[in-house]
Amino acid sequence: MNAIVSTVLKRLGLGVITLFVVSLIISLAIELLPGDFCKTQLGQAATPETVAACQRDIGLDRGPVERYVEWLGGIVQGDFGYSLAGAGSLGGSRRSVAELIGPRLLNTLFLAAVAACVAVPLALVLGLLAALYRNSLFDRIVNLVTLTSISAPEFFVAYILMLFLAVKFKVFYALANVSDDTPFLESLARIALPTLTLVLVIVAHMMRMTRAAIINLLSSPYIEMARLKGIAPRRIIVHHALPNAWAPIANVIALNLAYLVVGVVVVEVVFTYPGIGKLMVDAVAFRNMPVVNGCALIFAGTYILMNLIADIVAIVTNPRLLHPR
Amino acid sequence: MREIDFWKDQLVRGRIGRREFFGRAAALGVSTALATTMLAQVGIGAEPKPGGRFRVGSGHGSTTDLLDPGTWENEYTADIGRGLIGDALVIIDQKNSVVPNLAESLEPSDDAKSWVYKLRKGVTFHNGKTLTADDVVATYNYHRGENSKSAAKSALSTITDIKADGPETVVFTLSGGSADFPYITSDYHLPIFPSQDGAINWADGIGTGPFILESFEPGVRGKFKRNPNYHGTAYFDEVELLVIGDVSARTNAFIAGDIDYMDRCDLKTIALLQRNPDVEVTNVTGFGHYVAPMNVTIPPFDNVDVRKAIKYSFDREEIVKKVLFGYGTAGNDNPIAPSIKFATQPEPVYKYDPDKVKFHLGKAGLSSLKVDFSAADAAFAGAVDAAILMQSHAAKVGIDINVIREPNDGYWDNVWMKKPWTMSYWGGRPTVDWMMSTAYAAEAAWNDTFWKHPRFNELLVAARAETDEGKRAAMYAEMQQILHDDGGIIVLMFNNFVSAHSKKVAHGELNSNYDHDGGHMYKRWWFV
Repeated sequence: MNAIVSTVLKRLGLGVITLFVVSLIISLAIELLPGDFCKTQLGQAATPETVAACQRDIGLDRGPVERYVEWLGGIVQGDFGYSLAGAGSLGGSRRSVAELIGPRLLNTLFLAAVAACVAVPLALVLGLLAALYRNSLFDRIVNLVTLTSISAPEFFVAYILMLFLAVKFKVFYALANVSDDTPFLESLARIALPTLTLVLVIVAHMMRMTRAAIINLLSSPYIEMARLKGIAPRRIIVHHALPNAWAPIANVIALNLAYLVVGVVVVEVVFTYPGIGKLMVDAVAFRNMPVVNGCALIFAGTYILMNLIADIVAIVTNPRLLHPR
Repeated sequence: MREIDFWKDQLVRGRIGRREFFGRAAALGVSTALATTMLAQVGIGAEPKPGGRFRVGSGHGSTTDLLDPGTWENEYTADIGRGLIGDALVIIDQKNSVVPNLAESLEPSDDAKSWVYKLRKGVTFHNGKTLTADDVVATYNYHRGENSKSAAKSALSTITDIKADGPETVVFTLSGGSADFPYITSDYHLPIFPSQDGAINWADGIGTGPFILESFEPGVRGKFKRNPNYHGTAYFDEVELLVIGDVSARTNAFIAGDIDYMDRCDLKTIALLQRNPDVEVTNVTGFGHYVAPMNVTIPPFDNVDVRKAIKYSFDREEIVKKVLFGYGTAGNDNPIAPSIKFATQPEPVYKYDPDKVKFHLGKAGLSSLKVDFSAADAAFAGAVDAAILMQSHAAKVGIDINVIREPNDGYWDNVWMKKPWTMSYWGGRPTVDWMMSTAYAAEAAWNDTFWKHPRFNELLVAARAETDEGKRAAMYAEMQQILHDDGGIIVLMFNNFVSAHSKKVAHGELNSNYDHDGGHMYKRWWFV
């Protein structure tokens, strides 16, 4: 137990430092980009006076260091600050970063959860079966299909699915624009195509790692012993090999789950799904610093959390690590 | 397309009249009853009727959009302000004339230096408050204010004073006479908002417009329902305005029936879209144009013969065909669209002419020319392709154009008006004066050619206050000729607004000043 607690604490401590470094790098990167929020928002209608007035209004006329320190001060107190759009003296529509990101993050988590619920069991089962019937026709076909789907770019997969399942044969919705008042079942129906796309994209990685981890263990002495004892192959794999294979499998699953939260901008754009990826891309295009930093912190936090869980699983399933001498 | 569809299309565009349509239909063996139904399908002679939920997929809109009218700079927010929740004092109609809207009448003084607007009586905001002149004054002062960061500030710089003269009259005093002032009051930034003590409340989205704001998620969707107390007419019961930035996603949503209208169709695949019998594509020539401004203060562009040589060195028609797929008109280095009052076609019309290129290069004392040309698709879709086409044409006549592909991000900060020869676009303005003052007047903030011509500027100021139509026409004709001959601007082509709607929706003649029927499709269109 001590091993777990000490790992968690160490990781959380390092995690905080990582988040700080991430926010520093992102803020620096945004500063280096040409233009700023005011110029981008006013677009072609920007004149030196209106840009200056806008900058004075939302505090962009102060130096980058001062702004970063102020933002950091807010963060350590749990205040994510306000979006630059609508900030300022005419604050009739000040929107806090939290209320901007909140609903989008929930949408993303919803899609990620549904995709994960489908993809992870599917990948595990396919991986186990492929290990069981390794080198057979089934194994080869499963590998072929999954490798093909992961090799094709996501937008390609997305458009193909949309073409066949929403336009030519109207099985699913083409637009996944869920909102707060969409009933739950309709939300599920609307995200069917994005879910399918994401599942196709992430199953290959998890499935192949499962298969590889198990096959790797099949050459161990205790497996040979089990085989000599006459235990059925299915039981050997599920009861004897799989428990020892969890560490690498958990790592891969964690990586893919983090990707589901962080990396699905393309799917969001294609299906017009109001998730956090598109929000961040828009915020970067507009140099909306507080929103970008907020999103970056959430993304970095997701990775840190997922890696932490994967490591805990690795420790828990390995008695040698769980009870070190 | 089938012949009967071709004639229907001609009828919708106003190129033939109804009699001719019936005649043609009869010749093709279509009975009168069927022909009448066809007319109804394209909304002619059909009675508009209320009802329905109009779902629009817009290619514009971003998560940073706000209800603050000073920040509006894309068509999504322009639609909200001008077409949905708000009303400006006047609107621009299908013939590009100013017609009264919230203002019932407008009268200029003799020198056009002051304008008196009388407001329509009995107009109420969505919250029940009555429209008064104070609301108008407060709205305009919001944009004009000393510390205003409004995008409309420079357009309103000609106003020196606004005051309310009683509850229904507003008087505008200008710094100089301007016969075209009313056009400025139709700007999409200027719907009137309710005021209190001189400050306006825009945060709740309350205006006098045909639709009431129900919910607004910037960059995602807006929901609106019809205003039962609107002073004009509107037919849809509800409107849903969705942001679908990706053109393929937008097209798919449209074909799948998830939306009734999409804008900015993908020109590469428009022919495929048109084949669908439930789809009607609208192709409107507006004032928008694509340009390639040359900075006339930087050599070699400071020599007018070099500029002329370049202007003759590429084939504009081919660019329209290859970049706009025919959905546009070749430009003649005159930024005034043909449908604008006082527009002329200066002679000689620029086209690909190797002899003239040699002649002008010779006059400049050069046998060949090497120039850099900065382009990015941020200027307009297909800008880089157009630049490469120009390069290939010019290479044949001794002009070596080095096309530099610039990054889209930060294009308007680092490239436009900074590099010597760039690509750009204009949405266009409804009057000669406005367009010329915005981009070609000597001290204009957006004079991207940095061109200062004394006679041109003299005429510009004089024509603004001139009330005699004949004299004005002559002044504007001279100005367009000067700009055409001497200016640094290459007007490549006028781009059309190409949008599509389901045949379940009908409309009359379309505006040409902006897409979406000038922004007024929400109140003008109806479900068949």
